[in-house]
Amino acid sequence: MNHLQDIIIPVAIIVGILFVSLTIAANLIWVERRLLAVWQDRYGPNRVGPFGLLQVIADTIKLLWKEDWIPPFADKGIFIIAPGIVMVTALMSYAVLPVTQKIVIADLNIGLLFVLAMSSMGVYSVVLGGWSSDNKYALLGGLRASAQMISYEVFMGLSLMGIVLLTGSFSLKDIVLAQRHVWFVVPQFLGFVLFLIAGIAETRRLPFDLPEAESELVAGFHSEYSGMKFGMFFVGEYLGVTLISALISVLFFGGWLGPVLPPVAWFLIKTFFFIGFFILLRAAMPRPRFDQLMSWGWKIMLPLALANLLVTGAIVLAIQK
Amino acid sequence: MLSLLRTFWEILQHTFRPRVTVQYPDEKPYLAPRWRGRIILSRDPDGGERCVACYLCAVACPVDCIALQATEDPQGRRYPEFFRINFSRCIFCGLCEDACPTYAIQLTPDFEMAEYKRQNLVYEKEQLLIDGPGKYPDYNFWRVAGVQIGGKNKGESEREDPPTDVHSNLP
Repeated sequence: MNHLQDIIIPVAIIVGILFVSLTIAANLIWVERRLLAVWQDRYGPNRVGPFGLLQVIADTIKLLWKEDWIPPFADKGIFIIAPGIVMVTALMSYAVLPVTQKIVIADLNIGLLFVLAMSSMGVYSVVLGGWSSDNKYALLGGLRASAQMISYEVFMGLSLMGIVLLTGSFSLKDIVLAQRHVWFVVPQFLGFVLFLIAGIAETRRLPFDLPEAESELVAGFHSEYSGMKFGMFFVGEYLGVTLISALISVLFFGGWLGPVLPPVAWFLIKTFFFIGFFILLRAAMPRPRFDQLMSWGWKIMLPLALANLLVTGAIVLAIQK
Repeated sequence: MLSLLRTFWEILQHTFRPRVTVQYPDEKPYLAPRWRGRIILSRDPDGGERCVACYLCAVACPVDCIALQATEDPQGRRYPEFFRINFSRCIFCGLCEDACPTYAIQLTPDFEMAEYKRQNLVYEKEQLLIDGPGKYPDYNFWRVAGVQIGGKNKGESEREDPPTDVHSNLP
């Protein structure tokens, strides 16, 4: 009996997190279109089903029925694998994400490093997709993506080290539990801002969507993709948005901690707040030039992250002594 | 940084602005009486066809979407044997209406003409002819034109003097 429970509960959690995260990611397409419309004095999709909620299903059916075209000049194997990588790496990160104290698939003691590693692996999807398309726009998009990811990943990791210093652990669960008294956004405000910016760049969202800047590069790295392969890039992007939002709430806003409401509700409220913020960014901000993006990353954000790490380390040392 | 926060605030304020979208199939827009939409062929108040098949509309049409063939009935009235407008070409410029000497061809405030087959956008005379006089309820071309047709001799039109006998008009 006990053995059965040991198997069923983890499997249920895995299936549940997979289902919920994919559903949220897919429906974010609708959320984003509606919210953008609200901020642009429009209505957005409101025809298919109640409030247009079934728009996602209609879009999925459309994508599935579209011709799944592989350009004859493309590197076929890599071309097919690329969109899968972004989905897999994004979903893998959800494995260590603690929704509540009990709902977590794998509470690794290096959870934070695992998330960072997976988000770095996600870059391969973009780069390989851009490379295998054998199209100058796709290649430029892939190039931009790789440069952007490398430069923003550096201080993404560094901005989180302050939290690790304060907690003394890489486990996401321990990080949340360490925020019982005060959320890390207060002592680590600079780290929060840095991680937020790096997270936006990491998910290739506006204003850092230069890899797919549609006004210059057609659709950037996924110019040649159609049908469900394009859909996977799309859902992968929204999985990334959800992941970064969930990470922000876990790392800086106390994850499931909160009064009155059940822990899951707090986690979802915080996550959706940041998803909304991501969409607000898209509604409000213009895209920087690529050289501005790079120099910003290396000349401002990286020194700031290092300074943040240095000061936090010094304070932690001083307190311990 | 401050300008960024201000941008966010300004964008958020748009949440409560009135929408500019017109929810079209539910909310029909107001169309002016002179709206240039679907083309019709009107009739005289007595029910006869106004079109005299003069071809002026076909000549005026900048996209050549009007095709017709003139013929004459036993009474001597000219009328189109067929009259065909290809609405997949029509640009609704209204030049045909301007060119028409008998107010026969008119544009109406209707634009909902979508079809699943392109061929269905080619309207024949049966589809174009309406039963009323359109925008000019009292106008009757054959009653004011000084043309002799069956049932109306020269000089019998409205505001037309009887023809002058040129042989009696000697000084």
